[in-house]
Amino acid sequence: MSTPDAPLPVELDHKRRRFRRANFVIGLVIVATVILTAILSAFWTPYDPSAISPSEVFLPPGSSGHILGTDQFGRDVFSQIMVGSQNALFVGVLAVMIAIVIGIPLGGLAAAKRGWIEDLLMRISDVIYAFPAVLTAILFVAAFQPGRTPAMIAIGIAYIPIVARVTRGAALSVFQLDFVTAARSYGRSQNFVFWRHVVPNILSVLIVQATVLFALAILAEAALSFLGLGTQPPTPSWGRSLRDAQTLISKAPGLAIWPGLAIAFTVLGFNLLGDGLRDALDPRLEVRNA
Amino acid sequence: MTDTVLEVGDLVVRSAAGTPLIDGVSFHLDRRTRTGLIGESGSGKTLTALSIMGLLPEGLTAEGTVILNGRDMLASSERQLCAIRGNDVSMVFQEPMTALNPVMRIGRQIAEALRFHQSMSRQDAAEKVVDLLTAVRIEEPELRARAFPHQLSGGMRQRVMIAMALACGPDLVIADEPTTALDVTIQAQVLDVLDEQVEKFHTALLIITHDLPVVARTTRQVMVMNAGRLVEKGETQAVFSDPTNEYTQALVGSVPPLSRSATFTIRPRERRAPAEPVISVKNVTRIFPLPRSGFLDEKRTITAVDEVTLEVQKGETFGIVGESGSGKSTLARLMIALDVPTEGDIVVNGIDIAETSKRQPLRRQVQMIFQDPIGSLDPRLKIGRIIAEPLRSLKIEGDHRARVTELIDAVELPADSVGRYPHEFSGGQRQRIAIARALAPSPDILIADEPVSALDMSIQTITLDLLAHLKDEYGLTMVFISHDLSVVHEICDRVAVLQHGRLIEQGPVDEVFLHPKTGYTEGLIAAIPRLDAT
Repeated sequence: MSTPDAPLPVELDHKRRRFRRANFVIGLVIVATVILTAILSAFWTPYDPSAISPSEVFLPPGSSGHILGTDQFGRDVFSQIMVGSQNALFVGVLAVMIAIVIGIPLGGLAAAKRGWIEDLLMRISDVIYAFPAVLTAILFVAAFQPGRTPAMIAIGIAYIPIVARVTRGAALSVFQLDFVTAARSYGRSQNFVFWRHVVPNILSVLIVQATVLFALAILAEAALSFLGLGTQPPTPSWGRSLRDAQTLISKAPGLAIWPGLAIAFTVLGFNLLGDGLRDALDPRLEVRNA
Repeated sequence: MTDTVLEVGDLVVRSAAGTPLIDGVSFHLDRRTRTGLIGESGSGKTLTALSIMGLLPEGLTAEGTVILNGRDMLASSERQLCAIRGNDVSMVFQEPMTALNPVMRIGRQIAEALRFHQSMSRQDAAEKVVDLLTAVRIEEPELRARAFPHQLSGGMRQRVMIAMALACGPDLVIADEPTTALDVTIQAQVLDVLDEQVEKFHTALLIITHDLPVVARTTRQVMVMNAGRLVEKGETQAVFSDPTNEYTQALVGSVPPLSRSATFTIRPRERRAPAEPVISVKNVTRIFPLPRSGFLDEKRTITAVDEVTLEVQKGETFGIVGESGSGKSTLARLMIALDVPTEGDIVVNGIDIAETSKRQPLRRQVQMIFQDPIGSLDPRLKIGRIIAEPLRSLKIEGDHRARVTELIDAVELPADSVGRYPHEFSGGQRQRIAIARALAPSPDILIADEPVSALDMSIQTITLDLLAHLKDEYGLTMVFISHDLSVVHEICDRVAVLQHGRLIEQGPVDEVFLHPKTGYTEGLIAAIPRLDAT
């Protein structure tokens, strides 16, 4: 632990910040590309991603307009990857929404009420936290049915404790501040104080956490789909493409490489973005720049 | 070796934008001298100290010369500076909690400097640490060396900082507001220790503070800074008794009379006929549970307020004094019904605060002002919204916008403040905003918890005047909580003294200050640093 106010040596801080800034821009570009691809692919792809063409199986990249070639059924790999981005964003949004919609109020409740409510909530979240998210999801789909929606609900639930803890930690320190006491003294309820005074002040932490969880959710979906428990056919999914490519890896390695790269890049993009946001939203840096 | 330790010549510090923050400061410090550097926040005191240490924050540039023991600090590389800092010059900071590493035992923290600068063996360093802790009057030094910072009190931590600063026998010690965060009695102890050690090691001491009496007590010479310039320099006693510069005059004039002279004067006060009590506190006790250290441990509790009985009368200013941890703030929270007593009754304006259904009307009648002008305003809201919040919350009818304008005017802030955010204001201005917010629902009672403790002396005076003026204008009753006895003496009619949650003395201010009944109160009053102290 270092003293928070000690200024970093000048050159180091400069370099680090420039480096971080580059990270942020790269992250933003990747995430923007994924989102634009998802929107574009809803209207247009070079080929119909699910059109089977027995005469054009295993075409190498670049041949007859198929930029990344075709798979074992003659489907265009590039179009599939484009459409797969919709799936990645869907699962990320679904899991993160569940996690924040439930996690933020729970974390806030724990921070506001303290005492046994806090103990209870935090111990429950410890228990959920102890299960790996993917394991929770496997149990969940086993109990219900395989598919991306139940899988992502499970992932979302598994992330609730993470959001709740982060919210609680950040909210605790804001709840200590006098403006909260002031608001209470003129009659505001704890509920109002939490949503109108505390949340705006911890928003930066929550945004950063949400981007990181978004990346994790995409990875989890890929893992579950690889196991056949996530996204079901015919919805294109990068994880399922990997699974399909597994048996053909020596014959057509490209079928595994392209969706793998798509997953890696998207996750990297969200992580860099989260990292960059952490810096951009750091109030201490704001003060220094002022 | 000459007698001069530090020679600062025409020091100019510029911000990244090029505006000078320190403008042509020159002075020198001799061995074994104690010098005070005073001025209000933003005057450049701390920047001067950081320039001497070569620790200026990023973006600031320094020109001129800073010669320490014959070496130019401004021209030295980071590597050379590392060898100088701690060894030739060291610093004591204001906040001993953040200046010490919380996860390192204090013995090791002190030893670190010794091992780094003097290449001492672990064993020798450990022995030296015990010597140093003994020197700063820490009892059971062997045991304390193994404690973590949070296990020590604020005063002990500050003495540990002094031990650290002195570890390598530096030629210059810079103490930046070393006692500002401490209670008066502890302040006196820490200053004594600092005095003693500086004397013993023949060290030059530069003490930076906004607290004039502290400088009067500790130093022989004083320098006054204002807006980045040195405006006055001279013998401390001469400067304080007969300041030549206008700014210094204002600074000295803002010191409350009780801190000015040991000769105690009774201020003429209005005689008040005993009025009806508006706050009545009867046998109130508040016990907090402490977290258990282990699952099977017994429940532990702390009694923050212990059987306190007092009455606040309509229209008076009632002071509550005590050191940190004496239960002042807990009592304040009880009085505004943010907390309920474990035992006893509190009746405010005829309403028993235990009756939850009647709390909402009570909120209109009692409002509070806080110590920290930064934490008491939501940084994400504009001033207009902050002041209107109580009106909205309590569903007070009428034109809120007009009321806000009226309040802004009453606390003497510019009318365009409404559309700005809290960070655009200075500490004193923020405290005015907090006062405006407290006055918004037209309360009868104002509870002020250390409202001026975080402000500069001259701003303190202005804020206190404003409070007194508003109190008369709106016919308020005020409870004034403070650790600063001279301020309490200034504005209160009656006073209660708290120690460890117990009310040990109460009565009219002059009576309590002139004839304290308990040794504790007497000690508190004696510990107030005064300008004419020698």
